[in-house]
Amino acid sequence: MADSDIKAMTENLDAVEFDETAFTVPVPLTEAKVAIVTSASLHHPDDEDFSPMDTGYRVLKSEPRDYVMGHWSPNFDVTGFALDINTVFPIDRLDELAAQGVIGSVAEEHLAYAGNQFELSAIRMDSGPAGAKFLKEQDVDVVLLTPV
Amino acid sequence: MSTLAHIFESEGLATIAFGSIKSQIEATAPPRGLWCDFPLGRPLGVPSDPEFQHRVLGKAFELLDSPEPVFAEYDISITDDETEVLACPMPPRHDPDAHPAVDEANGLRPAYERAIAEYGNRVGAGRVVQVDDITTAIEAFVKIAEGTPWKEAGVPGIPSRVSQDIRGYYETAALALSDYAPPAWAGTRWFLDQTEAGKVIMAARQAMADAGEQNPIWFYMAPGDR
Repeated sequence: MADSDIKAMTENLDAVEFDETAFTVPVPLTEAKVAIVTSASLHHPDDEDFSPMDTGYRVLKSEPRDYVMGHWSPNFDVTGFALDINTVFPIDRLDELAAQGVIGSVAEEHLAYAGNQFELSAIRMDSGPAGAKFLKEQDVDVVLLTPV
Repeated sequence: MSTLAHIFESEGLATIAFGSIKSQIEATAPPRGLWCDFPLGRPLGVPSDPEFQHRVLGKAFELLDSPEPVFAEYDISITDDETEVLACPMPPRHDPDAHPAVDEANGLRPAYERAIAEYGNRVGAGRVVQVDDITTAIEAFVKIAEGTPWKEAGVPGIPSRVSQDIRGYYETAALALSDYAPPAWAGTRWFLDQTEAGKVIMAARQAMADAGEQNPIWFYMAPGDR
């Protein structure tokens, strides 16, 4: 078993194509509120687990940092996240950058989606825009998108 | 991730999408994409290494300076050597009357509890199988490996999810038994190739495949290249 073999399994998957590449000019990083959105299916222990083809999202509060990996795919290493949440969800690093003044602030709520999706229309039409609206309502400026 | 990047940008959010698979992030072309040649499951590269993680984040934030869509490659690769297996002392046999996998899982319980106390339950048991029922789940897979149809074996949930709980139990316990941070996949190779429970799951998976069960029922009980 090898990481390269797992990656090779995905190489021929169809990619979603967008007619135009949307592009938002950010505010200066030192003023930006930064959020993390991950496709690692993280959730808090008391929140609803992800179902196999779940197209929704879960809200990840900055505290408590008791995140659980809810992904259904066996095709990635889990020990990195088990040892250190920042391997996937770099919330401690963002706190440090905010304290240093490198970024403006860290959002109090972040989002997790379920990766490994083959049918993306529900995310494109529904949960994706809804997640963006949720973040905008928090005055988030910049989003880091992390996969597993 | 890239799909969300396109959607979020169109809604007025600036995004930086990390990608671990170069062909994927190139094909999906997020507005700002950073390909990091790191193992799957470790988009920031190295656990418990804040300096390394900050360097990755620094490169990511640099992409915000671009006045147009941009794709960049991180300048450090982390490659799975495909052979390293977690070095982990196993508990000795305790109950000769129990199936070796069940005896093994019981023997790992103290290590599992120590790991949970230190790190929290991030990937361990609890999706569908609580920790007290891990051995019951293993016994169900033993039955499948021995020829019982999976629907009659007492598997306490969808087999792939049950398998995840067992794998998570073992890989969490291993963190307390090894004295180093394992490289990516080393824990999974240890579980699948060197533990009795891993061998049971692979045998049950093969038995289900041989019995003609639907592919999604058994395929996701282990990584897809197995």
